[in-house]
Formats: sequence, C-alpha cells, structure tokens
Amino acid sequence: MEKSAVADNAVHVETDVLVIGSGASGMYAALEAARAGASVVLVDRSLIGRGGATVMAQMTVAAALGEQTPDHWQHHLSDTLMAGRGLCDEHLAALLCEDGPRRLREMDDWKVGWAREDGHIKQAQAPGHDRPRCAYVDFLSTGPAVSRTLRSQLNATDDVRRIGEILIVDIALRDGEACGATALHLPTGRAVTLASKAVIIATGGLTGLYRRNSASSNMGGDGYALALRAGAELIDMEFVQFFPIGHLAPRLVGMDPIMWDPFRYKLGGRLLNAEMREFEQDYVTEDSRSDGRYVLTRDLATYAITREVEAGRGSPAGGAYLSFQHVPEAEIRRAFGPVVDRLAANGIDLVSGPVEVAPIAHYHMGGVRADEGLQTCVPGLYACGEAVGGANGANRLSGNAITEAFAFGASAGRNAAQRAVRGSSLWSPEAACSALELLRSAERRDAPNLAAVVVELKALMADRVGPFRNEQKLRSAVQAIERLKKDIGIFPASSAAKFDPVLVDWLDLRNMLLVAQSVTMAALARTESRGAHQREDYPALDDDWLLNQVISLSKGRLHLDRRAPSTRGASG
Amino acid sequence: MRTTLAIQRGTFGEPPRVESFDVDFEQGQSVLDGLRAVRYQTDPSLAFRFSCINANACKECMMLIDGKVDYACTVRLREGVMALAPLPKKALIRDLVTEIAPPDERLRP
Repeated sequence: MEKSAVADNAVHVETDVLVIGSGASGMYAALEAARAGASVVLVDRSLIGRGGATVMAQMTVAAALGEQTPDHWQHHLSDTLMAGRGLCDEHLAALLCEDGPRRLREMDDWKVGWAREDGHIKQAQAPGHDRPRCAYVDFLSTGPAVSRTLRSQLNATDDVRRIGEILIVDIALRDGEACGATALHLPTGRAVTLASKAVIIATGGLTGLYRRNSASSNMGGDGYALALRAGAELIDMEFVQFFPIGHLAPRLVGMDPIMWDPFRYKLGGRLLNAEMREFEQDYVTEDSRSDGRYVLTRDLATYAITREVEAGRGSPAGGAYLSFQHVPEAEIRRAFGPVVDRLAANGIDLVSGPVEVAPIAHYHMGGVRADEGLQTCVPGLYACGEAVGGANGANRLSGNAITEAFAFGASAGRNAAQRAVRGSSLWSPEAACSALELLRSAERRDAPNLAAVVVELKALMADRVGPFRNEQKLRSAVQAIERLKKDIGIFPASSAAKFDPVLVDWLDLRNMLLVAQSVTMAALARTESRGAHQREDYPALDDDWLLNQVISLSKGRLHLDRRAPSTRGASG
Repeated sequence: MRTTLAIQRGTFGEPPRVESFDVDFEQGQSVLDGLRAVRYQTDPSLAFRFSCINANACKECMMLIDGKVDYACTVRLREGVMALAPLPKKALIRDLVTEIAPPDERLRP
C-alpha cells in the first residue's frame, strides 16, 4: 500500500517519559522524572517555558511555610476545602497543601527570589486564607521568575530533551494503555511520533475558551480533549473561575490583565459603580469570608460586578470602576515602583482617575480526573497542574494555582518515572495510525474562516456559559456548539506546508469544541449554584448536589456521571 | 480609526511579497490586535507568532515594525501605513514567523 507524504516524513522520538506542556507543572514534572532516573522529552506547542499560564502569573503562591506567622499545612488545607464548598478531592488538596512548603523551599534554593522582609520569606495575606501565607516575587514578577528558575534547572539537566513547537494531536494507546503520542511539528509541518512508557498531560486549563481571559492563546483545553479521547475521565468541568477585576479599559498592553489585584490588596483600591458608590457591601452573604481587607471572595465579587452592570450601574465599557484616588501618590509609588511607569506608558495615572475592570476567565477548577498518584484511569497516562481537576472543588483559593503546579508536577513526574523505569515500551507504529491518518487527510479549503470560528466560540462561551448561567442560555450553547462542529467538518483544513495557522485552528477547534461541550453539559446538569457555578434559575446551594460530575467519551459521545467527593476519612 | 498593515509574506526560498490589509481600530490597540483581526476578518493563513497576547511575557511576537525590531503586543496601531516584516537576522519560516527557538530546543530529526 502506498504511504502518504506525512507518514513518510514522520520523525520518530523515543523516551521513558513524555511531558506535554512546559508551564511550571510540566517543567517540574520533567525535572522530577529525570531525578527519578528516567529519560524525559518535554514538548510544548509554543516555545519552551514561554506559553501557558505560569509565565502570565504576576501574583502569589500559597504554602504553609510559617515564615511570616506560625502555620501548618492542615490550616492551609482547611481553607482550601472551605473555598471548594464541599467538592474538593481531599487527597489531591492535601497533596497540594502538604507538599507546597517543600516545593517553595526548593524553588528558594534554586534562587527564584521570593520577596523577603526582616530576613524571612515575606508572606502576604490573601482572601480566603486564615493567615498570611502567600509568597511572591516583586514587582508582579512571580510567574516569569518561576518560569525562568525552572528553565535554568532544566538547562542544567542532561536527561531532559526539550522540544518546542510540537502540537500534540492525540495520545497513542496500545491495549488501553498510554504508549506515547502523535504530533505536528509546526515549523516544518511534519508529523512526529513520540514513543514513551508514560505520558504526562501538563497543558493547563481552558480559559482560552472565553472571550476575555487571562490566559495565553494556547489555553483552549487541549489536554482535556487529549485525555477524553484516550479514555480518561474529566471532573468538575462546570467550575470555571472568573477573576472579578480583570482589566477592561483603557486598553492596556504589555501587562497581565489581572494585575490590579495586588494593587487593590496592598493599597485598598475601591470598587465603584457608575454612581461612584462602593457596592460590595450590598452583596455580603453569610458564607462570605472577609479577611478585613477584601469584602468578597472571587465568586461573590464576580457576581456583584455582573449584577451592577445588569442593573444599569456599570462603567462605560461594561464593568466597574477601580479607584486609587484616595491613596497618596508616594504610597502608590512605594508599593509598585517600576510598574507605575509601565502604567504611565499606557496613559494610566492612578492619582488622577479610576480604571475600569470586569470579570475575566482566569482558572479552571475542573479537569482531568486523576488519583492520588496523579494517574488517570488510563494506565501510563498522568496529569498535573491546572490540567488536573478536583483539588480546588467549586472555587480555588488565591495562591493555590502555582503551588499545585509544583506539587502535582513533582508527584506526577516521580510516579511516571517509576512506571517507566520498571516497565517496557508498549509502542507500536499502529498506535499512531489514526492520528497520522487525520493529519494526512488535511485539505486546502477556504471556508469557513476558522480564526473567525474560534472568535465565535469564545463569544458564545462568554455570553451563554459564563459566570451566570440558566437553562435557556445553556441549551442554546449546546446547539451552537453542535453547529460549529458541523461547520468545521471532520477533515482538517490547511493553508500551507509550514507553520500553518489554519491547520492549527482546525486542530484546536477539534479540541475546544469537545471541551466546550463538556463544560456546557456539566453546567446544564448541575441545577444549583455553588462556588464558581452560578445558575440564575437555581440560585441556592443544594445539599443534594454535594457531588462531583464526571465526564467520559465513548463511541464519539460524551457521558455524564455523578460521584461522591473523595474524602480522607475521619482521621484525615 | 483605520490603519493599513503592509505585511511581508512568503516562505523561505520564495521571493517575498508585500500584502496590505486595512484594519479598523480603537485608540490604544496593539499591532498584535491588528494582526489577529486580519486573520479572523480577512486572511486566516497569515502566520505570526504569539502566545501571551497582552502581557509581553512570552516575547514571541518580535518582528520588524516600520523597520525597527519590536514586539507586536506593545507597539500601538496608528493611522496610515505600518510596514511589518519578519526579523531580518533570523531564518525565515513563513510570513512573520522566523526561527527564534534556542537551537537545543528544536526538533532534531
């Protein structure tokens, strides 16, 4: 039989452990797998360590270091479980909280540069935490510093081969076990087959499905789709965290859109409606926890701003005002140093006027379902970081995202390496056949404009599957997603041999639409409001819904099941 | 407001050609905003690198803007014609995309 050009050209790579995604979690997994004696290939669809969420994170990292004030990881766990509103996987939450301090100290040894005060690591108070627990790198540099530190550790490790610009098409399976992956090498357009004894999905979350988000462009939930098609399950897909005060106006470039949080926190920025009146107090409910500075947790603040806008009291661009006009200029300068100049370059002067902010998709609590060892129900397939669902339940505490990236990355890397070192390769060329066939079937065609389809999908997710949902909006989203699936067709579209954005959009949409469908399905089924999932038609918390929803894919159809949350038992 | 992006296109080995796209914009929008608009409004095959969109964190969108090396995410759109070209000292892949990955992080067949 005649082989096509794609198969003839396929480049083959072999390793013990394949890590997909080079944010903090993927890099930590790669380092830890190498330390456990495995050979590692770390791939990313972007350049290594540049894409993903980590590099965007300007904020804080929570861990019970006890540097600022005495602390214990069990206190951090209590706060995490409280924020998760009954839905946390307690084993994963405990792993995050218990291993967090070790990882932050390791990062400190690697000279990440945690901010210090009086000779100790400075830990800030953040909403939902019972004490100061959040480390950071000044000024607003936590993510870039974390990324840079892990990259230099990788550079010094011989056993990790890093390959950028590799877009994974599908996980390769043999007899139901993960044995590698099939990919597209973007600069050449060639297919790549990767044989490995274990595969780690570290692709981050799905906030790129939303019009306004704080993610990199490549956070469309592709790891979730890879996991689903490989036979793994997803959990808590309905819980998308919206960050209440994402930057809205004026146009701000060169900065993370969620950068206002530390300003607001350190300087007590005021949220005002169009009447220039503070409104947060109007939305305080019994279960909202105030730490004395913030009035509302993230989900309630999102609710408050959205309601003010709906009531006709929004700012001109459709959000709320954030004002620092009551803060002396010298104090702003002292707190934020060079950032003040970056704001000035954007025409923003906090002394003379407010900015406009609005909720923005920020993090996804749900994700790939994994056990305590970060392995999915598919043997050999692991997940870590934001890609894993369950640890944060219905709402994530601020500061937990990078901690989970470290803790889950390290654990997944170690466990995957153990499997790889004692096991043998299950790879066979047949495992890559269907993905290679898919790439081979790509055809040049002009319609529809797939970049416009991506824009349409993001708009419909924001408008109908956003922070406030109802049955009518969700049902119309289900139909719209079905229609977009038909529009893109079952064969990939392409426009060029090398670095083809049309083929990338098609492969992305194949994943994004499946993931959008999962979120919408779970949101429609959950007839209550809990944490980040708010239903206008079911506004109350319902004890009968103290359940996780689990999604699987079989014969091309998604299935939804309910499970009781995983607990650690009374002795926990 | 409206700008015209005059973009150098083509792959390595082809004679480069310049194609112009008109883009409407609002005060403060970036060149990267303009390039993304060209893709979803007119020509989805236009190739350029970017990852973080806004934050100037990924440093992938570096290109030649009006003859000067700069980031598409931080240079603002302005009225008139803006010339965009790939980085001159890097190997061209296609359109505005050049080989900027560190050599030890590339696929070695």
